Order: sequence, then C-alpha cells, then structure tokens
Amino acid sequence: MKKTFILGVSALALTLAAPQAMAAKAKEIKIGFVTTLSGGAGVIGKDMRNSVQIALDHLGNKMGGVPVKVLFEDDQVKPEVGKQKTEKLLYKDKVDIISGFIWSHVVLASRNSVVKAGKFLIISNAGTSKIAGRLCHKNIFSTSWQNDQVPMAMGEVLNKRGVKSLYIIAPNYAAGRDMVAGVERTFKGKILGKDLTKWPTQLDFSAELAKARASKADGVFIFYPGRATNAFMRQYAQAGLTKTPLYSVFSVDSLSLPKLQQAKLTNVLGTYSTQFWAPDLDTPVNKKFVADYRKKFGSYPSHYGAQSYDSIMLIDSAVRAAGGDLKKMDTMRAAFRKADYGSVRGKYVYGNNHFPIQDFYLRKVIADADGKWTTKIEQKVYTNHQDVYASKCKMKKTW
Amino acid sequence: MVDPHLLFEQLFNGVQYGILLFLLAAGLTLVFGIMDMMNLAHGSLYMLGAYIAATVSLVTDSFLLGIAVALPATLVVGIFLEVVILRKLYDRGHLDQVLATFGMILFFNELVRLIWGPAGIEVPLPSILNQSLTLFSIPLPLYRILVIGVGLAVAGFLYVLVVKTKVGMLIRAGASNREMVGALGIDIKKIFTLVFGLGAALAALAGAMAGPIFAATIGMGENILIQVLVVIVIGGIGSIRGAFVGALLIGVIEIMGRSFLGDFFKLFLPDNAAETAAPAAASMLIYILMAGVLFFRPQGLFPARSG
Repeated sequence: MKKTFILGVSALALTLAAPQAMAAKAKEIKIGFVTTLSGGAGVIGKDMRNSVQIALDHLGNKMGGVPVKVLFEDDQVKPEVGKQKTEKLLYKDKVDIISGFIWSHVVLASRNSVVKAGKFLIISNAGTSKIAGRLCHKNIFSTSWQNDQVPMAMGEVLNKRGVKSLYIIAPNYAAGRDMVAGVERTFKGKILGKDLTKWPTQLDFSAELAKARASKADGVFIFYPGRATNAFMRQYAQAGLTKTPLYSVFSVDSLSLPKLQQAKLTNVLGTYSTQFWAPDLDTPVNKKFVADYRKKFGSYPSHYGAQSYDSIMLIDSAVRAAGGDLKKMDTMRAAFRKADYGSVRGKYVYGNNHFPIQDFYLRKVIADADGKWTTKIEQKVYTNHQDVYASKCKMKKTW
Repeated sequence: MVDPHLLFEQLFNGVQYGILLFLLAAGLTLVFGIMDMMNLAHGSLYMLGAYIAATVSLVTDSFLLGIAVALPATLVVGIFLEVVILRKLYDRGHLDQVLATFGMILFFNELVRLIWGPAGIEVPLPSILNQSLTLFSIPLPLYRILVIGVGLAVAGFLYVLVVKTKVGMLIRAGASNREMVGALGIDIKKIFTLVFGLGAALAALAGAMAGPIFAATIGMGENILIQVLVVIVIGGIGSIRGAFVGALLIGVIEIMGRSFLGDFFKLFLPDNAAETAAPAAASMLIYILMAGVLFFRPQGLFPARSG
C-alpha cells in the first residue's frame, strides 16, 4: 500500500517535472564546422570531415540522447570568406556551436562573430598566439595546440641531437611567423639564415634552397602545410640538399606522405617532425579512432583529423553534462574546462587560456608493415607543456 | 660581400623560373596579341596539361610519354574551346571575354576536382632527373637544366615558325592588321583556331614541365597567371621575342629579390623588420618594373603591332 503510494507520487512528480525537462532539452544539436573544402587545401578539410564522421559514428549521431547534425562550410583559406560563412552558420542556420578552423588568419577574422553571437567556439586546429593570449575568451576552447609549442619542441630536439646551426624557411603569414618564433625560442645553436616566403602563392623555393645550401647549416627547419609540402620536399631533393637533415613541423603528415610516396621521394623517410599526436600513439581511444578511420577511408588520419575527432567528443562531454540543454552555458563551460572525455591523446587539462596542457612527441617517417609511409613516435619531448602566451590571457584558472 | 657561387646559382634559378614563365607567356601573348582575345583560362589549360601528364606518367611510369599525351590532348581541348565558346566572344569587348574566361577557370577547377579529387597529383620523375649536376662546385638540379633546354628549344621553334614560315607570316600579319588579312582572302578563322590550339599546347607543355617541380594542383594556373600577364605586358603584347625577354627579366628579378633583398634591408633596418619587409618588397619588384616599363614604353619593350 505504502509502496504504491510512493510510486504514485513519484509518477505524478515525474509527469509534472518531465515536460519542463523535455522543453529544456534541445530537439537537435547543430554544430557549424568551418574548414577548407575547395582548392589544394581541400584535402585537409576532407580529412577533418571524415574524422568528424568517425566521431559521430562512435556517438551514434547523438549527444546526451539528442540527435546531432554537423554543417560544414568552406572558407577557401580566405579570412573574409571564413567570417562570412561563420555568420551564415550563426544567423541563417542557427547553429548552437561553431567548430573547425584550420587557418590562424581565418579564425582571427571569424572570432568576434562567434563571441558576439554568444556561442561556443571549439577550434580544431588553428593555434594562433593571439587567441591563446590577449584574445582568449571564456567561450573559446582549442582541441589542438598553440602554434609555437610544436616548433618549440623541435628546438629542444635539435639541442639534444647536437645540431649547432640551422637554416629556417617558412611562409610569411601569422602561423609561419609563430613557427619561426617557436623554434627560435628554444633552439640554442646559431641560426644562419631565415627566409619568409610569400603565402600561399609561392611554390618555387629555388632561391631559398640555394641560400640554405650556401649557409652550410647543420640542418634545415621548415613549416610548409598543405600542398606546399610536396613542392618543397621535391625541390629539396632536386637541389642536392639530401645530405642536410630536414626538420619539419606541420608539413610531413598523413596527408602529404601518400603523395610523397607516390612521387618516390625517398629522402623524406627518416626525417623528423614534432607533434602532440601520431597515428601510432598508444591510447585506447586513438587505436579505435585510427583503426575505424583506416577501415572506412583506407588511409591514415592526420593530426587535423585527430583534433577534429576530439572537438566533437569534447562537445559531446559538455552536452551530456548539461543534460542536452544547450542554454546551460555555464554548465557546459565548466564541462569543457574539465576536458573529461576520451581524447585521442589521452587525458589532458586546460590552461587558463583554454588551450590544452599536453605532451609532445618526436616523430620519424617510416614505412609501415604494408609498406605505407607513416609517422612513428620516437620519444616524448615535452610532458604537460603549456604555451607561453597563456600568461597574456586575462582569464584566471578557477577549475 | 655576396658569394659569387651563390650569385651564379641564383642567376641560374632566375633563368630557369623565367623559362617556365616564358612557356606560358608565349601561348598567352600569341592569343592576346593576334586574336585580341583576353583569355584568363590559359592557366586552366596549364593545369590540365599538368594533370594529364601526371596521370599518364603515373600509369605508364614514363615521364616522356606523359608529355607526349598531354600536348595533343590539351591541344584538342583548346581547339574545342575555341570553336565552341571563344569564337562567339571575338566581337565582344574585353570585359565580356574576361568574364567568360573567368567562368571557365571556375569550371575547370571544379572539373579537375571531380576527376582527380582535391589533393593534387605528384609526378614521379625518373630517378636520374631527381639529382643535381655539380658545375663549378655548385649543384644544379638536373631537372631544372632540362626545363631550360626545353624552353630554349621552344623559343627556337617559335622563332622559326613565326619568322621563317608562311603560317608565321600570316600570324604576324594577323597581329598587325586582322581586317586586311581577311580582305586578302585568308581564312582568318582557321588561323585563330590554329593559334589558340598552339597556345593551349604550349600551356600544356609548361604545365607538364612544372608538374615535377610544384606538383599538379587545383588552381595552380591562377597563381602563375598574374606573373605571366606582367611578362607579356612588359614584353609587348603579341610579341614572342618580348615574351622571352620579359620572362627572363621577371624570373631573374623575382629570384634575385627573394635572395638578396633581405640582406640588403638588414643594412639599414632592424633584423626583424627586414625579415618581414623583404618578402613583401620582393613580390612588389616585378610590378614596380612593370609600372616603369609602362611609363616609358607603354607598348612594352618589343611592340608587336608597331609596323
């Protein structure tokens, strides 16, 4: 008798409470994902979109029980287009969260639109020093790194390997200058020369390579993402610089390696790069991600993909924490800050600027068991490394 | 101050880059000068040539065969375009031509993406061409020497064609006075089709030669087309000789600017400022040259229509 009474009251309470809970829970979650889908850099966007797809597969297309829809937009590597597409996603498609962004200059142009709309921005790649520092914001999170961290790790590697002198070649835009600043910050040897090339139109590097060879440096450091990687690698081989070791960041990766292998540029094998992640990184989440990606798309995912996978998973953790109620911005923000989700890189924490404090590895290019070229982790360079711009961000760490 | 070895090597690089520009400029200047047709899609033909050459050489494992297929294939595409689309535009203004051929650029970029995907193609070279030849203790990439050789051969071929043959005479006549050539009973339409096809084949050759250096990618034509336009404006529109001199000039200035401007700026600027200012200034040099040439010789260095 008593039991039925309690049951009856609970049921009554539920029917009263339920409609409110139902009303708060979103019917559908829309995520706007800005990336590059056209032109030469479209290959990066494709990898990101594929990885988002894997993440959605793993989530069963639902976050906290709510169906998810991801809308992709193409920024054409142009800041003005990126901003326009971001605003289209915010005001026309009325998305709940903005994610993606490959390019530093594109995310810088689009940042204010997202902030003004009062939405979360989860950056999947672009690690500009400005957003990590002065332009940090309570609603902006990164699932990648700050640009400087990766070349800083490379600088440490160069010191350890006894490289005494270095020649630097990088493109002349926001990220290119960040990369150069990064390696210069940690490399203790002498920098014999530095060339910043016109971006993204300059694909002829004959002048720069001739200078690099004339400098007789122990090593050459480069940053050439996207299609420029292959042009550079090929000209590096043709210029007879094969004896000078090449150290790269964000250039030799799962996207460029199949093409480099196709071109039989064997001088790439054995070269070093630094990164927070590699396809062989030994975490359960990463193994599953890489295996499922390879099964579905037949190639290795890149770090762009790994970060995009993480962006979706991070968003999922926040949506679940808020019980599917996307209006609970504070609850979601607290969940984002905890970074309590299955990341491909394993557990990490967020710094006060909402950039990950994480490990970085040295990777070497090898041929895998099937003869496919890929990168393999050689050693850990940094443990729990935080970017140097965090101190310029006015947010305080309260979590 | 400047290492003479480096100077010589950069001169070589400049000449090589100029030759590549010449291969493109020769076709464009013929079309522009003789047909009075502003063809922005010239870069698309360059891209198409690069993709076809890359695909064939990947399948057959022969770089030569790639070029041998790319040239006639692009020539056919060029003739098709001329007959189907461009012919209707001759009587319209330049603005209409620019609009239509810009549309063709977009069309070809998407077409290439549909066929080959967004990633671009790498062109494997025979390993012998991936090496460098040491000359006066300077390693010069063998492939770039080959590019120079091909460029010079094309220049020679065009010289003989334009100056020594009857077809060349008609081409020159067409450039000087189109109406008169028509009035003399020559089928100017046929000459136009021929010239456009030749231009397309030259663009394809440039693309096929550029592939192993830059890789075949979508939009590769637009990047280089602006410099090519500068070349033909400096050289004199319609003049092959002008295109040759202009291309070498632009190539050498571009490379020299990139090589030594930074060091030069450091003489009177702080290092940091010099490093960022130099690439910007280097990419302006050729436009400054163009402005100078236009000021003193508005017809270009070798005006084709002068007489």
